[in-house]
Amino acid sequence: MINFDYIRTSTAKAAVDAKAKNAAAQFIAGGTNLIDLMKKGVASPEKLIDINALPLKQIVEDAKGISIGALALNSDVAEHPIIKVKYPLLAQALNAGASAQLRNMATIGGNMMQRTRCSYFYDITMPCNKREPSSGCGALHGQNRMHAVFGTSEQCIAVHPSDMCVALAALDATVNITGTKGDRKILFTEFHRLPGSTPELDNNLQKGELITSIHIPTNAFNKTHYLKIRDRASYAFALVSVAVALEMSVNTIKKAKLAMGGVAHKPWRLVEVEKFLMGKQATKENFTAAANMAMETATSFGHNDFKIKMGKAAIIEALQEAIRNI
Amino acid sequence: MSYIFPTMLTENNNNSRRDFLKKSTAIAALTIASPVLLKAGENDEKIAALFEQIDLRLEVNGIAHTLSVEPRVTLLDLLREQLHLMGTKKGCDHGQCGACTVHVDGKHINSCLSLAVMNEGKKITTIEGLANGDKLHPMQEAFIKHDGFQCGYCTPGQIMSAVACVKEGHANSANEIREYMSGNICRCGAYPNIVDAIMEVKKGGQLL
Repeated sequence: MINFDYIRTSTAKAAVDAKAKNAAAQFIAGGTNLIDLMKKGVASPEKLIDINALPLKQIVEDAKGISIGALALNSDVAEHPIIKVKYPLLAQALNAGASAQLRNMATIGGNMMQRTRCSYFYDITMPCNKREPSSGCGALHGQNRMHAVFGTSEQCIAVHPSDMCVALAALDATVNITGTKGDRKILFTEFHRLPGSTPELDNNLQKGELITSIHIPTNAFNKTHYLKIRDRASYAFALVSVAVALEMSVNTIKKAKLAMGGVAHKPWRLVEVEKFLMGKQATKENFTAAANMAMETATSFGHNDFKIKMGKAAIIEALQEAIRNI
Repeated sequence: MSYIFPTMLTENNNNSRRDFLKKSTAIAALTIASPVLLKAGENDEKIAALFEQIDLRLEVNGIAHTLSVEPRVTLLDLLREQLHLMGTKKGCDHGQCGACTVHVDGKHINSCLSLAVMNEGKKITTIEGLANGDKLHPMQEAFIKHDGFQCGYCTPGQIMSAVACVKEGHANSANEIREYMSGNICRCGAYPNIVDAIMEVKKGGQLL
């Protein structure tokens, strides 16, 4: 690993100011992705700004929902009694990600900031527009079994690897951000971005900005499920995943929220499907129609052709599992 | 900027930093780099940037250490190479195998993905810290009884995760154990026996 300068900060302002002074500096929290990338030579920050001492670990319920500090651990959030009872979709998605050890290190903000696991991004001898703009995309005509089927561009077909983010997209969370110009908030669904012609940008954070917390609004979802399909039973990234949150009245769907993982550069919300399902009966026929509708706009690249069929099956199964849940 | 040759781009900065270090005396360096100053937060930046070693205080298996480490040293390498605790293994060095699992303030983590300097003031427990003198930890006893290993390379990490699995309340069924132990890979395939060992310790109800 190339050496770097290291500082510890104790306030968000100090962290943001330190970053503003050095464009080649990076924040470090859990470090589970960044240290890996530094060992691989994919990331080589001149300076690490350790933000672990910042007071951003709290999980606080309020009248409008729940706030989760950016430095709360994935494991602490997944085990939190309020999260387990009122936001079980989030707990389920968190526990579907990584391993127990990594969940004990990884933070909520860090989970959002993790980079793609595209093998071309990770291999510095390969072309990758995300790692090295204008060097080309190795995956487009290469090994692309893990890659995206929605929202791709000629420059990048990588997927965002998070499970947690798929649940937060479905739950209409917001992201609280601070920077040298002050605080702002954005919708979770607008935090990550599609690659377009600038795949080096994973999200819409401005230079030097720091995530301070996320907020999930209260909801009346009484049937939720996170389905993850992967190459082994545990501890693998999703081939396809589906987060489902339903507000059911007997067998009628009053409100539906769905998002997919493993299929795009960002958590992929199924807005049209949500509209279609509103007011419908929870039947296999309606779920199948919803699944077909969801995958209509998918485009695959060879090795990942299977994701279109798998995506449909996953949506149907996730909806069926959700309504089976008490 | 290039992600492949960043050192070339920053060569001048590094040179001047090294020049400064050569010119300054070791005693002056130690005085300025005291942990109190480094922890001061807002004003620490210039001070830290001048030094390639960072002061670090942590406790490993009940013993307090005051050390000086490069920022890039992982907790795993610190344990093995500076503290000579070879029980914690380096498998993949990328958080994929779990051989490096240790407990930090009671939580089990991959020590290969934690920078040593991020563990200031923390209490670390390694496999060497589990036994009480010659008396093995109940999980160590159970691994021996159930043949929970073959080559043994993954075993320290398996045992550290196994202890955490029971302590954290995730050893209620074989399936739950398999899920919470999935971050520890055993290429000999001792998984069924590892699950048996954990089940026995859980049923035994010993204080871990």
